[in-house]
Amino acid sequence: MEHESNEPDEGLRRRHFLGYLVTAPTLAVAVQWTGDPAAADVPSLPQLEEIFDVGDLVKIAASPTAGLVTVQVHEDGTASYALPRAEVGQGITTAIAMLIAEELDLPLDKVKVTLSDARPELLFNQFTGGSTSVRSLYTPVRTAAAVARRRLVETAARAWKVDAAKVTTEAGFVIHGDRRASYGSLAKAAATTNVIPVLVPLKDPAKFTVIGRPANRVDALAAVTGRKTFAMDLDVPNALPTMMRRPPTIDGTVASVRNAAAVTAMPGITDVVVLKHGVAVRGRTFGQCIDALRALDVTWRPGPVAGESDDTVLAKLKKAVPSPAGPPLFSKSIDAEFTFMFASNSPLEPEVAIADVRADRAEIWSSLKVPGDAQNQIAGLLGLPVTAVKVHVVEGGGSFGRRLHTDAAVEAAEISKKIGKPVKLSWSRTDSVRQGRAHPMCVSRIRATYRGGDVLSYEQRHVNVETSFSHGFGDIVTANAAKLPVVGNPIVSQVFFILSQSSPYNFGSTKQTLTEVPLKFKTGSMRNVYSPNLVCARELVVDRLAAAMNKDPVKFRREYLKNGRLRTALDRAAAEGGWGRALPDGVAQGIGLHAEYRAACAVLVELDCRPETVNRPIRHGVAGPRVTRALVVVDAGLPINPRGLEAQMIGGLNDGIAMALTASLHIKDGIPLEGSWDNYFYTRQWNTPPQTRVIVLPPTGDEPGGAGELAVAPSLAAVACAYARATGTMPTRFPLNHSTLGFEPFPLQPSTPQSPTDGLDRAF
Amino acid sequence: MPTHSFSLNGKKITVEVEDDVRLLWVLRDLLGVTGPKYGCGIGVCQACTSHVNGKAVNVCSVPVAQLGPDDEVVTIEGLPGTVGRDLHPMQEAWLEYDVAQCGYCQPGQIMSAVAKVRQARAEGREITDADLDELRNICRCGTYARIREAIKSAATKM
Repeated sequence: MEHESNEPDEGLRRRHFLGYLVTAPTLAVAVQWTGDPAAADVPSLPQLEEIFDVGDLVKIAASPTAGLVTVQVHEDGTASYALPRAEVGQGITTAIAMLIAEELDLPLDKVKVTLSDARPELLFNQFTGGSTSVRSLYTPVRTAAAVARRRLVETAARAWKVDAAKVTTEAGFVIHGDRRASYGSLAKAAATTNVIPVLVPLKDPAKFTVIGRPANRVDALAAVTGRKTFAMDLDVPNALPTMMRRPPTIDGTVASVRNAAAVTAMPGITDVVVLKHGVAVRGRTFGQCIDALRALDVTWRPGPVAGESDDTVLAKLKKAVPSPAGPPLFSKSIDAEFTFMFASNSPLEPEVAIADVRADRAEIWSSLKVPGDAQNQIAGLLGLPVTAVKVHVVEGGGSFGRRLHTDAAVEAAEISKKIGKPVKLSWSRTDSVRQGRAHPMCVSRIRATYRGGDVLSYEQRHVNVETSFSHGFGDIVTANAAKLPVVGNPIVSQVFFILSQSSPYNFGSTKQTLTEVPLKFKTGSMRNVYSPNLVCARELVVDRLAAAMNKDPVKFRREYLKNGRLRTALDRAAAEGGWGRALPDGVAQGIGLHAEYRAACAVLVELDCRPETVNRPIRHGVAGPRVTRALVVVDAGLPINPRGLEAQMIGGLNDGIAMALTASLHIKDGIPLEGSWDNYFYTRQWNTPPQTRVIVLPPTGDEPGGAGELAVAPSLAAVACAYARATGTMPTRFPLNHSTLGFEPFPLQPSTPQSPTDGLDRAF
Repeated sequence: MPTHSFSLNGKKITVEVEDDVRLLWVLRDLLGVTGPKYGCGIGVCQACTSHVNGKAVNVCSVPVAQLGPDDEVVTIEGLPGTVGRDLHPMQEAWLEYDVAQCGYCQPGQIMSAVAKVRQARAEGREITDADLDELRNICRCGTYARIREAIKSAATKM
């Protein structure tokens, strides 16, 4: 295809981006790019998130180090890039490969994106979270690919003694008239022996042939054949299976172990070693590790929240909710308070890390979203320089926030050091739920006031159990504090709250605040930190306001929305989803809206709350109301891969359904009662909508927005609003089924249940 | 140490291990067959689902001593071989609908899906939404909508 950068006058009109040819055996390009904060394109008096959000912060933090990341072209005609991000299912490797394929004019299957080891010099540019990856890498990665393409063109033009401006590229070939040279054949000649800065324009979005077109995941074949490799699948010499007996309260500690020698003598077991929060066993198979950890005779000291249960935590939160301001004169107000119970962010692949610690060095393999954090902690623990700790980032079996935390990697390193052998540590499922990371319980109190047809004020006081941010995000905030347009106390959670929250409605005086109650639960984000809860509470109150003013919920939202992109998404959802269509008694529609990450999303669901549905029998599972139809409409700015975007929307929808209806932790005496997927009721096939549809709106700009977490909040809100309409009762505690414990809890000790023996009896 | 013989993906194998070690760990830790995944070890998540004598089984819940030389174990790695092709129609449908996200549950999902379609077929009917609702495999990425589409599509080609 004709490429614009070859036209001599083109460069005068279009913005140029700087990359460097760097020394390597074949062509290699590095990029340094200083990002501009996002343009302010919002109406007057915006809340801060609208002009500068979490993604902008990560983008700014990442820009000085982007230059340390290179795209290389090889003699086999492939291009490679070691991505400084984690792939945990969100599709970032596919999206980044598409960016390279686009600017390099190379078929997608010739682009190989791997995950970079931890690189301390990357500083903040090795952080995966907050739907920031595509936004921060969109321009640097394209620039590197564009410089590589230009170098290939110039190399061929020089060899052919022709004008480079007359040379084109297509599908991995440089072309001039009848002459063609493959990128692979030019890769060596295009290499440089000294660093050369190169300015290039990027492809005009109107000429994109890869970006914006649906593509399948680059790892799809590996996934469906069982060849995709996760940490537990790696064959590291002598890294034998290792598991831990864990305490009966969160972060409890070992007082004593009475039978370590006897357990070490059990079949297959090689080692037993005591750590602060548990006892590790290493053996020939994980099954024998389970036998051994169960046989350990351990006494425990209670952990820091041993006295806490659902009710005690909730009481502390409620006490901390600030009082809302008095309503303006002659106004009416709607007051509501919502509670969201603890929830588990545990992915399907449990925490797994391989560690091989030697006297002078260590090597770690794990799925880590902030590998530099693991590297620092492990170096500190082992007393080694950071450069002696090699941390390999392995593709993860889901994350949802969990892999921001480094627990398993640090534990594995400690165990390996103590026993002097490599270990392959896996948490058990029960460990993951009971000792893993929980999205904090929170309370959101709202007061909205109105007079006649006007909403005068909207005030939301959000209170949650203190949330642990990973060191990664905390470091980004601290290091960039001077650049942040935030006044007041720049503590990490406040920064995140302010940068991630805004209301899309013109509700007059608008105020949202965060109060954190310090309790030593192991908390973390769960596919977003605050938005799902805040947005669910807000959208329920929006429905109440609409009802108070005798307006249809969709019309009311249209009238008060200040975000035009969200209004477009809402209109499309209402039209395509058949808003207002006749439904049987007990079945109702609900709509939820959310804008964040420079993206907008509207979700319309139909929820069946009829007794025959709610009470349908499910073996070892929960039924309850069922979403029968769901429609997600998404405006992600410039969608890179619409098929991947659609997948993220489907996933977010199922997360929102779980948060609304079924999924929570019940804390009792300092530990969750849940211990398996038949206790922690994440959405299952019998809960998921039989009809799901996603509409990806056409591009609304030249820059991609974030999307990994986007659909969770509006989906949760839509289901909650549908429930209120179907039953006539506004729900105030989530998930709806929390008051009923729908399972028999596993004993707290031993901490991991024995595997059953009836598998063949249950065959189908 | 006791030895155990069975057929694995069309080949006779013998392994030396204690009787009560579950088949999942025999496959993964001793034989290096890593398609079946560990997601719970208690027969709940179904990520380890494989076929034993053509039926879907959670191999985390089968002590290896329960298998004999005549028993045929097929994991995701051996599924294409059962139809003599590079990919089973269910795997092809999975690619067509780009089902996988993180991919961790997908081998188990595919093995369960194949068994579910066969089960309906054996009852002389096509797969229904009610059948799909019975699938217990967890997908924490929430790919359920595409799983349902892929199974319905593959069922027409099996």
